[in-house]
Amino acid sequence: MTTEFRMPSLGADMEAGTLVEWLVKGGDTVKRGDVVAVVETQKGAIEIEIFIEGRIAKILAPVGASVPVGIALALVDTDGELAAPEPPTGPRAPPPLAAPAPAPAALTAAVAPLPRAQTLRRRLTPAARRRAAEIGIATESIAGTGIDGAICLADIDAAAAAARTARARKGFDAAAMRQAIAAAMTRSKRDIPHYYLTQTVDMSKALTSLDTLNRDRPPTTRLLPAVMLLRASAIALARVAALNGFWEAGEFRPGDGVHVGWAIALRGGGLVAPAIRDADRQGMDALMAAMRDLVQRARNGGLRSSELSDPTATVTSLGDRGADSVLPIIQPPQVAMIGFGRIVTRPWVVDGAIRPRPVVSVTLAGDHRASDGHSGGLLLAEIERALQEPETR
Amino acid sequence: MTTDVTSSRMTYREACRQAIRAAIQADPRVFLMGEDVARYGGCYAVTKGLAAELGEDRIRDTPLSEVAITGAGVGAAIVGMRPIVEIMTVNFSLLALDQIVNSAATIPHMSGGQLAVPLVIRMATGAGRQLAAQHSHSLEGWYAHVPGLRILTPATVEDARHMLQPALDDPNPVLIFEHVMLYNREGDLDPAVTAVDIAMAKIRRHGRDVTLATYGGSLFKTLDAAELLAAEGIDAEVIDLRVLRPLDMATVLASVGRTRRLVVIDEGWRSGSLSAEIAARVAEEAFFELDAPIRRVCSREVPIPYAAHLEAAALPQAGSIAAAARALVRS
Repeated sequence: MTTEFRMPSLGADMEAGTLVEWLVKGGDTVKRGDVVAVVETQKGAIEIEIFIEGRIAKILAPVGASVPVGIALALVDTDGELAAPEPPTGPRAPPPLAAPAPAPAALTAAVAPLPRAQTLRRRLTPAARRRAAEIGIATESIAGTGIDGAICLADIDAAAAAARTARARKGFDAAAMRQAIAAAMTRSKRDIPHYYLTQTVDMSKALTSLDTLNRDRPPTTRLLPAVMLLRASAIALARVAALNGFWEAGEFRPGDGVHVGWAIALRGGGLVAPAIRDADRQGMDALMAAMRDLVQRARNGGLRSSELSDPTATVTSLGDRGADSVLPIIQPPQVAMIGFGRIVTRPWVVDGAIRPRPVVSVTLAGDHRASDGHSGGLLLAEIERALQEPETR
Repeated sequence: MTTDVTSSRMTYREACRQAIRAAIQADPRVFLMGEDVARYGGCYAVTKGLAAELGEDRIRDTPLSEVAITGAGVGAAIVGMRPIVEIMTVNFSLLALDQIVNSAATIPHMSGGQLAVPLVIRMATGAGRQLAAQHSHSLEGWYAHVPGLRILTPATVEDARHMLQPALDDPNPVLIFEHVMLYNREGDLDPAVTAVDIAMAKIRRHGRDVTLATYGGSLFKTLDAAELLAAEGIDAEVIDLRVLRPLDMATVLASVGRTRRLVVIDEGWRSGSLSAEIAARVAEEAFFELDAPIRRVCSREVPIPYAAHLEAAALPQAGSIAAAARALVRS
């Protein structure tokens, strides 16, 4: 049987992605979780995983093509016995794309004998001619892959995507990311009736335990306070399931685990919140390693598609240089976001006496369609309890 | 002949028979006449048993003269009856061409609307039963040329069951073409559906890569072709035109706007055919939507052969339909 491998959605705001690189070719065997392609999105270059077992029967989307979410990128044979793979010169082999301005030598070479189709009058399909005029792309250097060698819509789109990629490769496209964030946040504030609950938590026990854990560690493996906040949030989300999941098609769908999206600010502006899967079941060291890895890959490119689509709730921590508290905006279709301000020393009443204590303000933004303030209060109580009973090993 | 009228699965022939029975029982003005329709039960057995059940004044055998039967039908319609004329095959309808084209289609116009001609003419069409060249042609496209006529081509059991009543309700003449290869075909009749329109085409299969527009006897070949294509990863949309005049071009144009590729499948000959009309209108009205040339799959331009293998080779088949679509998508 042949199954389509389709462009995944990497967030509510994503409409299409541009194929930058195929990491597999026709005939290759793939299994669940293999990274098979790199796709450029508004969130940067993302490694796309496949969740079908089988053999790549045919690559459908050429490098450079802009492919809408849900459209097939490749066909995968999921049966055991298969015909021989197509030769790489198959009918849908990636077309030669509009190249950057060639060097003079290359130009001379290009005047050498042309393939037969190009010696005829150039053929553009009516739809391709109109699309080319609309987006203002020159068709002279585009090779036709349509019927009788005609330049068809797919060729125009591929050439346009290649031109866009060439531009995007020059650096991180902050403007595109701004657009993506604008769309997602506008949708959230328009569609999601947020409620907010805030609690201030004494962090002295947590920080003391962190000091103990870090005492004999080299700086590279030290645990940061953020990992305690992440772990406390994950444990709390596991216990208050109403805030861990998605609001889709008018109803709540619980997450299939606690996959915490961790908000990472990017240099040059913008942010992403990739998932740490099953964060409630991981120890401090594993979480710390996952956080470091995500931050590095988010800033250098190389996030995976599942990491962007998996989060069941998102956590943001403003860190040392942040403000005292934050009222977060939920990432649709999630139903909760937890925000931590920076840890500050404040006067705190302990056993009837005022003492200086490190405290942190934690705020829950909840989707009131999916849960009520009572559930939200339980979640904050669970976060506090987890921070008051920190791990000591 | 016993009939379980509540059964939802039935042949196309049975659906035609139920439609005739229901129409005659519902309206005393409705009657059916034709050659061998009463005692013999119709050359394709559509009216078998109906004369005994409904009486020979409602199911009437006529002399062997298509022009006389049709002329009588036109006259009966003008004076207020609701006749159903059965002509054995479209080939023989040529003997009645004068009455159909010069009388039925023109009288409402030439009388300034004073005379309606609420006449329904049913006839078999198409090839595939080794009945040779004089009983196998598909000339419905000719009739679709003529203003004043409405041309219906029911392909499904549901359309066979429900197109007759709105055809009788139409004050103008309506021709219903029943493809001979459909009579034995079984289909499910949804009891919840009690009426269909006789104005619009219907998308029988949704797809995004190529539009396959067809009607009548070619519908199921085209759906088979779509399945062949699906196995190759080509997602074909299949449109059942249902009404050849007036053509529902809105459905075709909207589909081509999505798929940008069109194959028209028509058992008629290519030259001057209904497929030519559809191709021309799409070229006129959706030229800039097209991402490939329009293709047609039609019958070979020969009198339909008698020999089974030659007859099969002369007609559109699932394989040739799939090949035409494949060439447009995987060029």
